Amino acid sequence: MIFLRRQLPLLITMITGLVMAAQYYVPHPASEQLLTTVTKWLQIIGGFALVLGITSLFHVHAAKIRRKEAGWAYSLVLYVGMLGTIIVGLWNNGKESIDGALTSFGWVYSYTLVPLQGTMFAILAFFIASAAYRSFRARSREAAVLLVAAVIVMMGRVPLGEYILPLSGDLSSWILNVLNASVRRAILIGVSLGAVALSFKIIFGVERSYLGGGKE
Amino acid sequence: MELSFGVILGAWIATGLTLFILSFLYEDNPLFKLAEHLYVGVSLGYTIVKTYDTVIMTLIVRPILEKGEWSLLIPVGIGMLMLTRYVPKAAWLSRYAFAFIVGVGAGLAIPRTISSFILKQIEDTVRPLLGIAPGGGVTFDYSLLNPASHLNGIIILIGVVSVLFYFFFSVEHSGPGKAVARAGILFLMISFGAAFGYTVMARMSLLIGRLTDLIEFSDASYGRPTLWLVLLTVATLIVLSRRASTHPPNQ
Repeated sequence: MIFLRRQLPLLITMITGLVMAAQYYVPHPASEQLLTTVTKWLQIIGGFALVLGITSLFHVHAAKIRRKEAGWAYSLVLYVGMLGTIIVGLWNNGKESIDGALTSFGWVYSYTLVPLQGTMFAILAFFIASAAYRSFRARSREAAVLLVAAVIVMMGRVPLGEYILPLSGDLSSWILNVLNASVRRAILIGVSLGAVALSFKIIFGVERSYLGGGKE
Repeated sequence: MELSFGVILGAWIATGLTLFILSFLYEDNPLFKLAEHLYVGVSLGYTIVKTYDTVIMTLIVRPILEKGEWSLLIPVGIGMLMLTRYVPKAAWLSRYAFAFIVGVGAGLAIPRTISSFILKQIEDTVRPLLGIAPGGGVTFDYSLLNPASHLNGIIILIGVVSVLFYFFFSVEHSGPGKAVARAGILFLMISFGAAFGYTVMARMSLLIGRLTDLIEFSDASYGRPTLWLVLLTVATLIVLSRRASTHPPNQ
């Protein structure tokens, strides 16, 4: 039983990992077909992972409504929004528009989801600005550098900023395309080295936390 | 132009929801919570419908029924194993699904990450310091505005090496190493500042988009939803604020 519960999953990880790593170095139509098939399989399995997440959220809010906890009416709003969208979406086969005409699902997307999402992210601008005002004091040389870079980029992204500080446009482009690019590249190299190391650890069974806890 | 009932109703709902969320700038209130929970519900419903359409119908049902691709039942079976997590005695079966996903992911990542994110990035960083002039001899491009110039190439090389060195803790950052690490910190701070500025401006752009919609929906052809709903939102906030001051919540 320990083989089925512990060793077989590790074996599956090792075999699939080695096969998919080797696939990259085999320039053959069969190898390409394998990649296409496995990618499609991953998408299908990922869909089931979504079921796990959704049912968890479902349980949390269902319990809130059942126990009439504080704010249970908001959970009801969540349910109504979700079920309403699902019904309308399935009714229209998941299509937002047909022949250029907006379906009722497209209507929900355009007049509910887009404004909600846009405004939710937009109000973050105020909180970022407020947090910056409180924490961005140039207490050290490094903080001052960060502050100056942020101001230049902000000024350089809008016509008014360029009007007030004529050099800010070019300076902003240089900061983003050269200085920022070099840091992103260094971080990317570091993260990639870590990812490769972790992948090897997973394939060879050193890293096993993805299997979850439990005695067996 | 005569607007349809659907467009007018949409304008009223979009305006209301926008204002309800913006009301959070005053304080946390029931209107914001209502819009917030509706956002979670609608986006979840949208994701479910899209997943149903792109995964269940497009990747599973249609290929099986129309092309007879019965081999697709294998990933369906593996995916179903994930759901055994809800049955404590059979929960260990879900390990097979996770083992498959993680194994494939790790296997795919190794060669592709090395090729695209390590070797390609190093190749783009280590460039010739001088160029060859058309008539012979060498040239050096000083232009700061051209990211591919030789001067910028040197700056990028210094940036990449110093930032990588800053994160390299196997040697002590002292002497010349300290200077390199300090340069790395400087590059990092500039990058963080740039990322911050860029994020703020992206959010501002979203805010301008929402305000543009509010201005458009203040038109008489929509029934001036912006005007009426601003009044309604403000009135509701005043009533809620007064009720909170006369009936403070129980500690």
